[in-house]
Amino acid sequence: MDLATFLVQCLNAVQYGLLLFLVASGLTLIFGIMGVINLAHGSFYMLGAYLAFSLAPLFGSQFLLMLVAGVLLSALFGFVLEWVFFSYIYQREHLQQVLMTYALILVFEEARSLLVGNDVHGVPTPSWLSGSFALGGLMSYPWYRVFASAACIVVALVLYWVVNRTRLGMMIRAGASNRDMVRGLGIDITLLYRVVFAGGVALAALAGMIAAPLSSVYPGMGGSVLIVCFVVVVIGGIGSITGALVASLLVGFVDTFGKVFFAEYSGVGVYLLMAIVLVWRPEGLMKRGY
Amino acid sequence: MATEHTWIVPATAALALALLPAVLTPYTQDLVVKIEIYAIFALSLELLVGMTGLVSLGHAAFLGIGAYVAVRASGEGGAASLLWLLPAAVLAAAAYAFFVGLLSLRTQGVYFIMVTLAFSQMAYFVFHDTAVGGGSDGIFLYAKPVLAWAGGTWVDLDDRRHLYYAVLAALAFTYALLALIRRSRFGHALAGIHGNEQRMRAAGFATYGYKLAAFVIAGALAGLAGFLLAVKDGAVNPELLSWHESGAVLLMIILGGIGSLRGAVIGAVTFTLLKEFYQSEALLGALAAHWQLTLGFTIIAFVAWLPKGLIGLAGTGAWRRGARSG
Repeated sequence: MDLATFLVQCLNAVQYGLLLFLVASGLTLIFGIMGVINLAHGSFYMLGAYLAFSLAPLFGSQFLLMLVAGVLLSALFGFVLEWVFFSYIYQREHLQQVLMTYALILVFEEARSLLVGNDVHGVPTPSWLSGSFALGGLMSYPWYRVFASAACIVVALVLYWVVNRTRLGMMIRAGASNRDMVRGLGIDITLLYRVVFAGGVALAALAGMIAAPLSSVYPGMGGSVLIVCFVVVVIGGIGSITGALVASLLVGFVDTFGKVFFAEYSGVGVYLLMAIVLVWRPEGLMKRGY
Repeated sequence: MATEHTWIVPATAALALALLPAVLTPYTQDLVVKIEIYAIFALSLELLVGMTGLVSLGHAAFLGIGAYVAVRASGEGGAASLLWLLPAAVLAAAAYAFFVGLLSLRTQGVYFIMVTLAFSQMAYFVFHDTAVGGGSDGIFLYAKPVLAWAGGTWVDLDDRRHLYYAVLAALAFTYALLALIRRSRFGHALAGIHGNEQRMRAAGFATYGYKLAAFVIAGALAGLAGFLLAVKDGAVNPELLSWHESGAVLLMIILGGIGSLRGAVIGAVTFTLLKEFYQSEALLGALAAHWQLTLGFTIIAFVAWLPKGLIGLAGTGAWRRGARSG
């Protein structure tokens, strides 16, 4: 492997890892704060991808505007979903949460099938990002992937700022470490939950929208992302955003280079990584750290 | 409480099932076999979830491994012998369960749920992506196993009736084994771990070993179910190991009622019939194409209103009767 190929693979690994981070950060927040195991989180990623597919013709070259519209729509969707469904399952056992959100996946998949059909779709790359730049003479790297990584980094920084520097973030951190105490201090926990949930949905949907031009939009696409994000959350430590970031990048590198070196067994690599981390640290890399 | 007569209902049910083939059509007989196999699968998970309090979301891996070994090991020659094929399938599932349990039992609660899920995905990808599993299409079983001894063929699983009684025997064996485990010292230790692991450890029990033993037995029984499923269908594909399958079996025991062997069986029956019903075009017409929607809403309704499962219905009834009379 020469240097240029290695660089391209590194860029791919970072880009994949960052996308995973967007989905996993919402998952880890929702779990850390509300204590809900949400198997349907992958469906929000799918929602984003299909939003990109449906909104792209309306917005034309206004890709950024489309992302904003998609984020708002999905946040609204998350807000309502928390209200009518999730707020009722917080008090249930994990086992029941697993089942109800499992059922929710079936409902979402069928709703998707009714609304958009079962075909595989492509989403065009916005024209101003369609080119690629040369890398080391022979290789080239598409601008859109650079944009995807940059967008994820911006979102990660904003997330970091919100969680560590704002009043909302303070409540989120407090909620993650001691729910009852937060409630006792008179913070409107119902609203906090609703906002965090909507935020998590919006993050996953944003990842889906950004990923849509890279991969095609297809039925069941949420499932594969969901499982990898579980791995990320477990490796990183449940509830830890920093842990999720580190774990996402680790998973990104293991997956990308696994495909390069051991094509046939590449699917196993990520799970092997998780096994190794758990033997070493049964509660993930960062337990209750931010 | 007439606890000493708890064997009457299962024994009557087994007897009724043994007499059923006389009146069943081939289609219904196949359906009963399928339900019985899923009942074995659900019972094996009940050992983990109901008796030990370990919620696994990766139980389908052991079903799949049992099924794949049954097909792979019997090869493309003549019919393999049950005598070694069945133990091979069960032991392979148990071996993977040992490996998974060794690592995943270091974690607890939600971590355990997710880790078992991840390990089953690992197995899924091995069978899905590599030559071992024949890719996403799976592989066919060329000749179903037989038990030949002293010149005669005693059991031929290609024969529909032989298969029916073999599956029924396996179900009766699984049920009896779990009922015995439940009454044994081992079973009481598992119940103690379910109730309060800390206290069991303080009482001097090496809980890790007990949990690992339960995990391996559960994996072996799931492998038995997988073996039977592969023989019944005559083919395997990676979807057997998918996390949808793990979710479905968890659903079965919840639907029936956690903490009771009968609940697991009732759950398997109900879930399989519900799915069959929602997918039936003859009964539901165009709605059958959208069975995921109807099944999904049914599951949500069940969990929301019947958190103790169907067996809980009977329980509340008995409790009310008891309260009235006494």
